[in-house]
Amino acid sequence: MVAFDEMTGSGAELRSAYTALDRWLKETPAETLALRRSQAELFFRRIGITFAVYGDEESTERLIPFDIIPRVLTKPEWEKLEKGLRQRVTALNMFLADVYGPKECLKAGIIPPDLVYRNACYQLEMVDFKVPHGIYCHIAGIDVVRVDPDTFYVLEDNARTPSGVSYMLENREVMLRLFPELFAMHRVAPVDNYPDQLLATLRSVAPRSAPSDPNICLLTPGQYNSAFYEHSFLADKLGIELVEGSDLLVKDDVVYMRTTQGPKRVDVIYRRINDDFLDPLVFRGDSILGVPGIVGAYKAGNVTLCNAIGTGVADDKAVYSYMPEIVKFYTGEEPILKNVPTWRCREPEANAYVLDNLEKLVVKEVNGSGGYGMLVGPHANKAQIEAFRRKLKASPEGFIAQPTLALSTCPTFVASGVAPRHVDLRPYVLSGANGISCVPGGLTRVALKEGSLVVNSSQGGGTKDTWVLDA
Amino acid sequence: MRIRISHAISYEYAEPARHITQILRLTPRDHDGQHVMSWRIEPSVDGRLRASQDAHGNIVHSFYDEGPISSLSIRIDGLVETLDLAGVVRGSERVPCEVYRRDTLLTGQDDALRSFAEEAATGAGTQLSQMHALMAAVSDRMDCVEASGRRGVGAAAAFAAQKAIAQDIAHVFMACARHLGLPARYVSGYVAEAAGLPHANGAHAWAEVHVDDYGWIGFDCANGLCPIDTHVRVAVGLDYADAAPVRGSRQGGEGESLNVIVSARESEGRFANQ
Repeated sequence: MVAFDEMTGSGAELRSAYTALDRWLKETPAETLALRRSQAELFFRRIGITFAVYGDEESTERLIPFDIIPRVLTKPEWEKLEKGLRQRVTALNMFLADVYGPKECLKAGIIPPDLVYRNACYQLEMVDFKVPHGIYCHIAGIDVVRVDPDTFYVLEDNARTPSGVSYMLENREVMLRLFPELFAMHRVAPVDNYPDQLLATLRSVAPRSAPSDPNICLLTPGQYNSAFYEHSFLADKLGIELVEGSDLLVKDDVVYMRTTQGPKRVDVIYRRINDDFLDPLVFRGDSILGVPGIVGAYKAGNVTLCNAIGTGVADDKAVYSYMPEIVKFYTGEEPILKNVPTWRCREPEANAYVLDNLEKLVVKEVNGSGGYGMLVGPHANKAQIEAFRRKLKASPEGFIAQPTLALSTCPTFVASGVAPRHVDLRPYVLSGANGISCVPGGLTRVALKEGSLVVNSSQGGGTKDTWVLDA
Repeated sequence: MRIRISHAISYEYAEPARHITQILRLTPRDHDGQHVMSWRIEPSVDGRLRASQDAHGNIVHSFYDEGPISSLSIRIDGLVETLDLAGVVRGSERVPCEVYRRDTLLTGQDDALRSFAEEAATGAGTQLSQMHALMAAVSDRMDCVEASGRRGVGAAAAFAAQKAIAQDIAHVFMACARHLGLPARYVSGYVAEAAGLPHANGAHAWAEVHVDDYGWIGFDCANGLCPIDTHVRVAVGLDYADAAPVRGSRQGGEGESLNVIVSARESEGRFANQ
């Protein structure tokens, strides 16, 4: 499978976005690149940016590998992508308002009702509840992959608590320090206004009863969460309090933060705790991470939760397969971003095809994430394929399958020198009462192993700085 | 039948408790075959009791008490008039019945449960007769023990143990019904004392299944029958956790002891206040 390379196309050309970078790569000796890479690693170690890998007993915290060669997009490429992202997130929010409200899409037969009703992420508590300012998914991370010069596919929507934006910000910071000469050669659109945009989004959705300067906090599951670094990083950048469940208290449907000056009322909570653990009085009773009574306060309209409860029904992989129809239904427009063709194993014919072609396909759990519970057929051994065959036969409704896409490649500095490696992109889209915003670029993840298509950091992936050229 | 219910739930704390929040699903609603004539619910706290409805249409009360307190009690007194509708439940439904086909933590199945369900339903023609066969099989297999002090373990573990409290017997039945493709839900309520009912005169739990041509029908496997006029429905949900009479949280309050006194008996009086 020959993949589209973002620098060289099919191998022979030099694409315009990369002309300056190509020259620089040719002029810079490998020793210099290696030196800069070790400096970059030192920077990240000093900052303390780490992530935890579940199931990895040796070390709970690891440094995510960083590749020093930026990934470059031209302004027109980004503009088209951004338009598609805005359209997609608009549709996601309209879909959520609909399934928790009038359910027009179910009545119109756009999506089978049981995909919504039987979905554990469809939170009954949210039915007929009007969320503040009508917005459910304030922060979305839309994973896109590229297969040719003009085509971006959405691989996955992340509408719950998408992470990784701290890497986007830190990667740029480190690149600016290490490669000032590269920035002098390019006009790169800035990303450092993301915290301001996020803060503006959170402020815009405060309850109408809140003061003009609402009290906002970031609720983290705590230091053992894999994204804890990001939580503390973002709270710091936004200038808001970082709190754990035990720092909050609900009295008569109002949320307070414990402070040394006594309880202080909270208006907006950027929560990085999953629905299931948010409130032991409503969801899992054994949760010690959440805040008892917070759902009651939310439903009384006294606090805004970002994202809303129950957004998971929109990013479920079975619902994903209907996104083109969902986008059309709500926006009346053709979807700008394509969906990867998807077999829904819940449909017997589709499942039969999938079972016959496991060695060619990527099979994913409907509710899995982070690259766990996934089969990449062409890279799997016989035992792995047979294990998935058994799972698919036992509970077909739990899986979808997709063709193995030839993800685009970008030049990457690996042990053997500069070589193409597969990449994806997670742009972050913010939706508030003040509109939609999206910083140019996002987080590029790169599969560092030769030929690998799995970019997840938990599976040996790294990251790159993502450049959108302003001119 | 006119049923008088009195229910007292008392907590004692060795160490005082603070910041107590409780969510109560302890108030029945009217529907065909069930008319609530009077109902009082009184927690021993100063705070306001706020009433709302949850997604399933249950009446929910919640209260907050700053504390510190060393004891807390909730008293319920009520009178309900019931009719025997052979377990058929009709009333307003807030969520579509497909919702109740979901598996939850407490109704997850294993292979043993699945093959048990399939075997029990084999040969039965209609959905209704399948469910009756299933109730007979579950009643036969499961030994219902008194709840006092015991906690639920969920369908699969209860099934393996063959001995369970009423709420887990309901979970076993629901897990089987859901595996057979039918919507099933959990019911918490009261059962009045009556001849031939081994689990009566108190709080109880059973299940309801949505069956073609009939709609929701109750199945009380612990007592081996579809609910009659002895049964008072209080709350429904996807499982026990969803319909639990009390869900609460507190700080401090170590050394909690719980005492529950409940009675449900046919009322002799002709008037609501007797």
